[in-house]
Amino acid sequence: MNMVKKIVSKQIFIPCAALLLLALFNLINDPSFFKITLGHNSDGDPVLNGNLITILDYGSELAILAIGMTLVTAATGGQDISVGAGIAIAGSVILRLLCGSNSHPTELQNPLIVAFIIAVVVSMAFSAFNGVLVAYFKIQPMVATLILFTAGRSIAAWINNNELPIISTNCDKSFGYWGNYIPGIPIPTPVFIAVISVLIIMLVLKFTNLKLYTQSVGINPKSSRLNGLNPELIKITSFVILGVCVAICGLIKVSRLQTINYSVVAKDIEMDAILAVALGGNALSGGKFSMWASILGAYVIQFLTTTLYKLDVRSDALPAYKAIVVIVLVVASAPIVREKVGKFFKKFKSNDSKGGAAA
Amino acid sequence: MMKKFRSMSDTNLLLTITIVVFAVMYLCAVVFLGEGFRTPQTFLNLFNNNASLIIISCGLSLVMITGGIDISVGGVTALVCMSCAVNLDLHGGNVVTSMLIALGIGLAFGLVQGFLIAYLDIQPFIVTLAGMFFARGLTTIVHTDPFNVQNEDFVKLRDTRITIPGLGSTNRKGIYVDAYIEIGVVIAIVIVLALFFMLRWSKLGRNFYAVGGNQQSALMLGINVKRTKFFSYVLCGLLAGIAGYVYFMHAGSGSPSHAQGAEMNAIASSIIGGTMLTGGVGNIIGTLFGVLSLNTIKDIVSSIGLQDAWWTGITVAVMLCLFLIIQSIVMTRKNAKGSAGKETAAQS
Repeated sequence: MNMVKKIVSKQIFIPCAALLLLALFNLINDPSFFKITLGHNSDGDPVLNGNLITILDYGSELAILAIGMTLVTAATGGQDISVGAGIAIAGSVILRLLCGSNSHPTELQNPLIVAFIIAVVVSMAFSAFNGVLVAYFKIQPMVATLILFTAGRSIAAWINNNELPIISTNCDKSFGYWGNYIPGIPIPTPVFIAVISVLIIMLVLKFTNLKLYTQSVGINPKSSRLNGLNPELIKITSFVILGVCVAICGLIKVSRLQTINYSVVAKDIEMDAILAVALGGNALSGGKFSMWASILGAYVIQFLTTTLYKLDVRSDALPAYKAIVVIVLVVASAPIVREKVGKFFKKFKSNDSKGGAAA
Repeated sequence: MMKKFRSMSDTNLLLTITIVVFAVMYLCAVVFLGEGFRTPQTFLNLFNNNASLIIISCGLSLVMITGGIDISVGGVTALVCMSCAVNLDLHGGNVVTSMLIALGIGLAFGLVQGFLIAYLDIQPFIVTLAGMFFARGLTTIVHTDPFNVQNEDFVKLRDTRITIPGLGSTNRKGIYVDAYIEIGVVIAIVIVLALFFMLRWSKLGRNFYAVGGNQQSALMLGINVKRTKFFSYVLCGLLAGIAGYVYFMHAGSGSPSHAQGAEMNAIASSIIGGTMLTGGVGNIIGTLFGVLSLNTIKDIVSSIGLQDAWWTGITVAVMLCLFLIIQSIVMTRKNAKGSAGKETAAQS
């Protein structure tokens, strides 16, 4: 009994349970959901196909975003809703630098690494702007990021003069590797990018004070200040880290399609990222967090999305179902509900023990 | 004069800023941009095109005054349009049933969200974000494609125009055209006035301010904080339903892309109108001017030749940012003044 309680009370239990539930549902509904086949893509390179691979592939972007979103949530007690717009900006910057003024270039104008680094810097700058509004002007994070949410896609379109640059395979083949497959390796590249990102953040959390400082600022900024921390700086740092994550996602997104559609790219991804953090059992009001739980949460969300697609849910109706999941999650994790349920169980238990004693 | 300025309450100070900004902007437009802005109809069109936005923003202001936020309003508007359109054309409903549907949807969203936020104490942003996605998703489930409504009674209602004598102007062909407003504008103005009086003189209205200003002290004053919050969301939902119908009357169609980004425009309007995000400060008249300022800026931007769609997005964001920072400065100044006042009191 104690063992069960110990496992249930662990934070990572929530996403694990959700994952198991979804897996079980799919197993009953259609066992072929888990089939993975080795096929060949149009270039004749070996690639793995199957729903699980899709989940790993598309879940990777979400996992990378969840890293930054967890830190922002923990430090500020709010969420950044401009990540979708940020991805559009980062992607637009990359394409602009690769294509120059010509929207259908025959060769790349700048090396990819330069384009990517500049995109990271731009993305960090936008995130720092959000961070300054939150930290120094004390505006609620969701409202502060609303500014970029409104303007972000417009800025992205403006960067490329509203043209849609396309990097065709004749121009450069290797650009597509980042979002698809590297020839000869049957696993999608975003999975590797996600693994590397997760490794880096885990090392950072292990060997620096980032986790401790972020949590203490999230729990109580005033007492953190009295303990010699600089809450403003830590809040901005968390936003800047999210900026880096956003730029990486931007690279993956534009590399997948080799072009960009400003109004559609990464649409509604902020909802999924916030959902991943919530599903990981992290308090959305800030404070303690578990990075592993958030990352697992991201893959669970993608699992849910793929399952819904499998059930023939149209992509534009998808948000309605996800919204129900969110509401169920937040209601279940609300302190008042927990207290009530806890009381109910206690009553149940005491009745039970009384009954036992009487017998 | 200076003393009077200092003693102005936050609500009035922010309201004054908004009205002055709007007046200056419109005058500049009239003086420098000429013809288009000089006809009264241009001014009336600000109302005609934004009647639903005015209603949404009013609802949002109520919620913001109590210290919450509701971003589901745009989604609810789209859902109402689509449901009414489907009801009128595909299910053989009439104007009355469609109105009832609009009110019902708004009320349902308000009740559920209000309950979750006020009684279960869940963050308003998360609840209403889910509400927004739910409404948007449901809109496409109700019907996938946009379509125009053909129902005769409704078309008659849609095309009803109220002419205003004396404000007409001659068009390019030299024909005199009467100035007009749509029915939606009348509804919007009635709602603005009703809410203004409610906030100023009714008990519920004062409770909104008290709860937004300081929950703890409101509780100590014997105000039922939870119920007050609940009412603010119910009212906001109901107004979103009405706004949906007004939008429907203006557009005459149902479409999943209706009222895209309306929640952001409404929040921006409320903020520009001097409603504080932290709660307790705000004015419905300010919100009205917020909507007008926002759309005047859009008109100006498009009339000086920056017609590309991205400019409006960027200008709205810049304006929002500016007003947020003004608010933040007003707040910090007030806090500084408050603590300074305490110190002098302690010294004396």
